[in-house]
Order: sequence, then C-alpha cells, then structure tokens
Amino acid sequence: MARTDPKRDVVIVGLGWTGSILGIELAQEGLDILALERGEDRSTVPDFRYPQVIDELKYGIRFGFMQKPRNSTITLRRTLDEEAQPMRRLGSFLPGDGVGGAGIHWNGQTWRPMENEYRLRSYVEETFGAEIIPEDMTIQDWGVTAEELEPFYDRFEYMAGISGQAGNIKGEILEGGNPFEAPRSRDYPLPPLPQTTDALMFEQAAKAMGYHPFPRPAANASAAYTNEYGMQLGPCNFCGFCERYGCINYSKASPQTCILDALKRYPNFAYRVNSEVLRVDLANDRKTATGVTYWDEEAQEEVTQPADLVILAAYSLHNVHLMLLSGIGEPYNPQTGEGVTGKNYAYQMNGGTTLFFKDVEFNPFAAAGSSGISIDDFAINQIDFAAEGFIGGSYITAGQSNGQPIRGIALPSGVPSWGAEWKKGIGDWYGHSMSIGSHGSNLAYRDCFLDLDPTYKDRHGRPLMRMTFNWKPNDIRMTQFMRSKIEPIAQSMNPDSWKSSYKGDGARYDIRPYQTTHNVGGAIMGTDPNASALNRYLQAWGQHNVFVMGAGAFPQNIQYNPTGAVGALAYWAAEAIRKDYLPNPRPLV
Amino acid sequence: MRNFIHILFAALLITGLGFLAFITVPVQRTEPQTALADDWRPEEGQGEYAMRLADCAACHTAPDGELFAGNRPIESPLGTIYSSNITPDEATGIGGWSLDDFRAALYDGVRPDGTHLYPAMPYENYRKLTEEDIRALYHYFMEELEPVENRTLQSDLSFPFDQRWGLRAWKWVALGDPGFVADTDDPVLARGEYLVEGPGHCGACHTPRNNLMAEAALETPDEAFLSGGEIDGWTAPPLRGPDSAIRGWSAQDMAAILATGRNAHAAINGEMQLVVRDSTQFMNDEDLQALAAYLVNLNDGSTAPDRAEETETEALLVSADPDMPLGPRLYLDNCNACHFADGRGADEVFPELDGSSLVTAQSPTGLISMILTGSELPSTAERPSSLRMPGFGDRLSDEEVAELASFVRSAWNNGAQPVTPAQVAELRGDAEAKRD
Repeated sequence: MARTDPKRDVVIVGLGWTGSILGIELAQEGLDILALERGEDRSTVPDFRYPQVIDELKYGIRFGFMQKPRNSTITLRRTLDEEAQPMRRLGSFLPGDGVGGAGIHWNGQTWRPMENEYRLRSYVEETFGAEIIPEDMTIQDWGVTAEELEPFYDRFEYMAGISGQAGNIKGEILEGGNPFEAPRSRDYPLPPLPQTTDALMFEQAAKAMGYHPFPRPAANASAAYTNEYGMQLGPCNFCGFCERYGCINYSKASPQTCILDALKRYPNFAYRVNSEVLRVDLANDRKTATGVTYWDEEAQEEVTQPADLVILAAYSLHNVHLMLLSGIGEPYNPQTGEGVTGKNYAYQMNGGTTLFFKDVEFNPFAAAGSSGISIDDFAINQIDFAAEGFIGGSYITAGQSNGQPIRGIALPSGVPSWGAEWKKGIGDWYGHSMSIGSHGSNLAYRDCFLDLDPTYKDRHGRPLMRMTFNWKPNDIRMTQFMRSKIEPIAQSMNPDSWKSSYKGDGARYDIRPYQTTHNVGGAIMGTDPNASALNRYLQAWGQHNVFVMGAGAFPQNIQYNPTGAVGALAYWAAEAIRKDYLPNPRPLV
Repeated sequence: MRNFIHILFAALLITGLGFLAFITVPVQRTEPQTALADDWRPEEGQGEYAMRLADCAACHTAPDGELFAGNRPIESPLGTIYSSNITPDEATGIGGWSLDDFRAALYDGVRPDGTHLYPAMPYENYRKLTEEDIRALYHYFMEELEPVENRTLQSDLSFPFDQRWGLRAWKWVALGDPGFVADTDDPVLARGEYLVEGPGHCGACHTPRNNLMAEAALETPDEAFLSGGEIDGWTAPPLRGPDSAIRGWSAQDMAAILATGRNAHAAINGEMQLVVRDSTQFMNDEDLQALAAYLVNLNDGSTAPDRAEETETEALLVSADPDMPLGPRLYLDNCNACHFADGRGADEVFPELDGSSLVTAQSPTGLISMILTGSELPSTAERPSSLRMPGFGDRLSDEEVAELASFVRSAWNNGAQPVTPAQVAELRGDAEAKRD
C-alpha cells in the first residue's frame, strides 16, 4: 500500500526543538506546513503529569521517553578494522522520540560556545601554528562567528526563559558572571536559580583558589516567565526530575512549554505523529528535493509527501542517516578524506571527581537540572595548547541534578556494590556526596564518522547507520589536564574521601554506560562544499531546498552542552530562509 | 343563589377564556429601540464581533459539534435543555426568520411560531442589545454562515416545567424594560456597562436567581446585580461588594483575565472557560479596557482584602514536620509544587489559593471538582499555553480530598467552612457518570 498526499509548501521532519522553531517561524510567513514526527504526541498533562512521571524505573531506567532500539538504532565500531555491531539497548546516549523530542527530557543547560570554537582551526593555526594539529585531526571552522550568531542566541535564550547571570555584556565584564564568555547584547531573561549546598561549597573553594565561579545558565525557570510567543513557564520547584523526564511543572523549557501551543494555533500548520520519514525524495537531476516519503504507522502504508522545502529537524544522528539514505551530499570516505556526509562525528569528553562528606547533608532530592556553579578558567580560550600538548577545553562545574534512589547514590571506594555492606553503605552515604565535573570538547578525527552499515537493516529494510568512534589521545590529555585542576579544588574542600573518574591512556569508547546525549557532526556546516555537508545557513550544498538543523552541523564538539548552539543555529537558519531564501529560492552561498 | 351560580359560571368562563388566550394569543413583540435605515448594513466583521460579544458559540455549539448547530446539553435544576441550531438552515435552524422574528427571540424569548424559549437563552439580558448589534447579529447568522442541517434534541424537563406557555407569566415578572440606558455619563464606563448588562450577559451567571429563578437584578445600580451566582456546580463569584472576587484588582488584571483566562492572581474555571474561549478573548482593546474600567469602578474604593504576609500555614508547611495533620501533608505532596507554601502560586501560571474565590466559595463544589478532575485553560492569542492542572481523583480518596479541601479553605488567610467526604463522594459520582 502506498499513497501520495497533496503537496505542501514545507515539510518538517521531526517535531522537537528545531522542528518547532522552524515550524513557528515559517508559519508566521503563512506557508502551508506539515511536520512529521515518528513518535507519539506528548503534552505536559497527561504525559508528564504528577506523580506518574516521577517514576525512575519507568523513565530513568527503562527509558520511557526515549527511542526504542527495536525501532531505531545504530551499529557501532571503534576502529575501521572492527566489525560494527548493533546497539540493542540504549546506554551512552539517549535520543528521544515523540513530540518535543529530546527537548522534553534534557536537564536544561543552555550555553553559548566560546568565540574561538566557531573558528577552531583558524584560531589554532593563527595562535599556535598548524603544526600542533595532529595529522588525523580534521577540525574545521563553522563558517559563522559568535558575533553573527549573537542575536540568535539571544532569541533562543529569551524564548526558552533561561535563568543565568551575564558575565560580558557588550564587552563590559560583570561581577558574578562568566568573565571569559563571548560578549552578549543583554542579560539573561531570568535571574539565576537558587543554589544548593554542593554548588555553594564549590563556589567558595573555587573563589579561594582565585577562579571565577558563576551560576550555570539554566532552562529551569527561576520565576514565572512569558516568552515572545506568549508561552509561559512557571517557577521550578527543584523536584529533582529533569533529565530523562518531562517536567511536571511547566518549569523546564521545552517545545511543549515554549512553542507548541502557540504553533498549533496557526491554521497553516499541521503535524502528524507516528509518521517516520524513510527518505528525502530528490528530483531526477538530484539538484532539489521533491518532498519526503514516510511510513504512516496508523494506516500501515508508505506516504509520498511532496513539498517545496524540506527541513530535516530530527535528532542529529537521524538527520545524517536520512541524508545518507537519500543521497544528500557525497558520503564521507575515511580512506581518502573525501566526501562530506557523515564526516566529523564527535562526542563529548567529560570527567568528574566525587567527594564524600560524612557530616554534610546535601539533600540531593531538592535539585534542578541545571542549577549549579561553574568556572571557565580552563575553557578552550584560556589554555595554551602548544604548552599543554592538547587542543580543547572544559568548563568545570558542581551542581546536583537529582537524588534519585536507583542511579543517584554515589558510594565511596571500598563499599561493595551488592549485599549487606552495600545496603549499609547506601544508608551511610545517601545525601552525603557531591561531585565536581568537567565538561569538555571532543575534536574531529579522520576515522570518527558515520556511514551506512553494510550488514544490518532496520524494520523498514533500510541499512542502519554505522558509527565509527573512539577516544583519541588529544582529548584524553585534555581531560587529564582537567583532572589535575579539579582534584586540588576537591582536596581544598576537605572531604572525608574522594574518587575520580576520567578517561585515561588507552581508554576505548564504551557504548553501554550513559555519558551524554551530545552527538554532533556528520552533517557539518562550513564554507567549502568539498569539506562540509551544509553551507553556513544549514542549507545542503547540493539541494538548495533542503535545510538540516541540529548539532550535526557542528564540525567538532564544543566544550559545552549543545542545545544553546542548536537553538541559535535554528533561528539563524530560519532567518536566512525567511529573509533571503523564500523570496528567491536558490543556493544561498 | 342562581345569581351567584351565574356569576361563578361567568367568572369561570372568563378565567377559562383568559387562560386559553394566555396560552394561545401571540405575545406582543417588542419593537426596535432605535430606528435604523432599512438599508443599514454592518461593517465588515461587525456581525462576527457582535456574535463574539454575545458569546453565542458557547451554548449553541455541542462539544465536538459543528459551530452554531446546537444540541449542547445545558443542565438546569429543572432538567436538561438542548441548545437550538442557529445556522440559517431552513428545516432545522433559523433559516427564513425575518429580522423581527430574530429580534423577538433576543428581546422577548419567543420563536416565530410563538413558542416560548427557555430562559437558558439569556433574553433577560439580550433585551438590552442595541438595534445595531441585533442587525449585525442577524446579518452574521443569516448571511455570513453556511446552513448546517442538524435537528436538535427535545429538552428534557419534568412537568410542569415542560409546559412552555407557563413562561409567559414568568416573563411578566422576570423581564425588565427593553433597550439599554447607561447609569453613567462616562462613555467608557457606559460601554463597559452595556457589554456587561447586554451582550456579555454576565448577570446570567454572576447575579443570584430569585425564587422564580429569574435574575435578581438586571442593572448595575441594583446591588444584587453581579453579586454572585452559580452555574453547573461552579460558583460564579461576586464581582462587587465585600466578598467581591476581584477586589483590589487593577484594570490590567481585569483585562488580562478576560483576554487570556489568567492574570497575576487567578485563573478562570468552570463555565467561564467557555466565555474566554469563545467570547472575551476576541474583544478589541477598547472594549476590554471599557469592561475593565467598569469592573474597577464597580469595586471602587475597595482595596484588596487585608492579608497577613506571614501565616501560620506557611510556617507549618515549611517546617516539613512529619507529624503535621493529613490536610497540610496532602497539600505538600500534591499541590505545593505549583501553588507553593505561601499559597500565592506564580503570576499568570499557577493561581493564588490564598484568597481565591474558587477555594473559599460558600459552596465547595467547584474546588472539589477542581481537585478531582483538574482544569485546562483555553489557548488564547496572547497566552496560547493551554495550562492544565491534572486531576487528583485517581490518587486521593474521598476522605483525603475532603481533608485537603478543608485545609486549603482554612489555610493562610482563608476562612471557609470544611468539606465532608460525602460531598466529595457525590461529586465524584457525578464526574464518573459524566465520563461514562
């Protein structure tokens, strides 16, 4: 069975953050828009209603809001000579599905990259010389600058009601904010969240060591807020169920709280759920897309949906998968370094030290996803790469995000992980630990990439996407450097004991334990059609009516959580489409 | 003796004939209150706007039904009334009605065939409509709408209330003079007064009903007007006087709640959600400001009720004392996340419970319904979020709901009577019956 539906002006693939942003921005142009979402529909009530959603087993452990590997997964290998195997259980990263996407289950950390991260290769070459870049490192410039993107960060932050403290407004350094950040045009829309004990202790210790602590920018509202679309957030109550959960309280910025009810009011916008896009259909000359083909789960048939403009707004990995399946961009070849689609897949290099205090009650159950204190004294723009022997940087941070009983209890070294002694350890140590983490860059390498798996297929008969990824010495040196900075801070706080967890020499990527859902690259933006899949407006070089949103555009990973940059790029692309593309559809570069 | 019998017979005959005439002689229809030229035409959009002001959609559209095709069940204490189809369909709607027919329905509550309309149709209030609004409405319903064929259900009232001719007598008592006369020289206040008394028919819910179930007052100077009523189990709070739900609200607060269903203090509930959804959110700024000015003026001189800033309730809740009584404990476990320990919620998102007219209404049924089944704000242009409070009926027993409701009714600066589990059980039964 198959059907062809009437043509639309725009089809949007995926209704998470970027699909919602592009949806409402283009709906304002009066275009006839259809968004296709592979998962279920979701609303705060009933889907995130209290107390049903406060269920760690269902959502924290069994991934109630995440994609199901039986429907969608990847294969993984670490090196070119390994045979990739399918990921049969989610672990290292957790793509969402359903309306709102991963935008419903994030913690809410909303950062702007450093200025030099957008032009990393140029910055390194100009500052330290090209010779310090390892031979297999394929870092590139983004093709946009912090200054160009500033208004679009501003829009995203004001749309999402971010709570924070500016450190640099138009060049003026402000006490209490991040003094190393790129200049911003104005302060955050909401004041910082209140801080918990662990963050306050870290702040004091960091200050005593001469560092510059500041509150983490948070998409957990510190007060009632109304955004440009009239959408509303209520103050966060520190319930401790952010990451992996939808917010019970209209407090966490998400497509649901910030965009969707406003978007649904546009009569020229419609969306369909349980509709998984299988491929982008290209014209015979392959120079434009003619629409998409999707699987209508309800009707159990393939649907051809013609459209003048195709916006890929699925999770970064799925956007790349669709591009590979549809022939958008030459697939990347690691042997020759040629081809662009799938190139420069990167991840995030994090580490942390856990501190145990017998006599401190941290009350970890009172937590917001992004409250906390950070320092950027070892950020990517503060380090002498030539002297330290690596390229990259991290922000260092403390802030408890939950006190959930199954995953949220740290135990000191020496406490067994089972049996009576474990039970006793849980009793002794619940609420008596805190952690200081480093959240760092992960650079791009010739043999870290995405392509189609030669063996495994999904339920629609499409090849799975194959991820080839491993940790590299440069990034391991970076995280070890952070360890050398964090451990002295930890020691200065006089814990009863502490333990560290940082990738060491020879560390290999393990897809099982959760690390972070910050998968970037594969559909990278840039200035050269032979080296990037998208131009600086996120437009496919080869098919001018295809725009690709998301962190897939990052040529290597920034040292920050990606959502801020993903949101800014979405507004940046939306503006280019509205002002420049629609009046005259063509390659914008 | 014979004389007496004659007289009695004559009296009976006259009464009988009179009664027959009462039932059968057509009602004299009210004339237009202003002369308008025959070729008067409403401006573009004026008809639809008049329809919004009069909120025809809320009653004349069934849930999931076609717009204005009728059949919305309206529960009254006497039984269920089904709203009529007011699309211009000849067979099942109001197609073929003359302007005079149309005006008679709005002013006199009669159909063209002389049948009396039940006063669920607020002709007590619509009698104040200007001729311009009547003509605009007539144009809208006759010429701007497509006919929809939809036969409406027979209303289901018990004897004697199913005898519509009895309404003729009721109208002698219930109806005031036709037409609108302002009680003020201020044109803004006068516009607000007109909107409230006439098309907005606010008094239909916010004014108490007398023994004959007529609105106890129809005009602003009478202190009974807008002094509070009840609609379908929800309290329509007093809008004036010492118990006014809007005491101390600014004009901005008034305009905000009418345009968006929410403001810094409260969120609308019950039937008022339909009013905002279908009527007040479409008002232009000028009318919103007029309405707001009228309501502020109606509460002129009364400031917000004195409220202690620091309350024992807040201290108790913040203490997190495990031995605290069940009511506050249930509050902490179920309500505190949004409404907070101080009962003040958050502006425009989470309504205040301290001093809330819903919480402290004399009848607790609205509050109990809210706890059992929750509530969803209508999406409006300025505030599109359909903010929704979940129901807690599946989580709390009748006893627990009663404890919780009694607690919030007496918490902070509130001082309303407690709630019994039996009251909760009755409402829970109603809610389940409705769902099934």
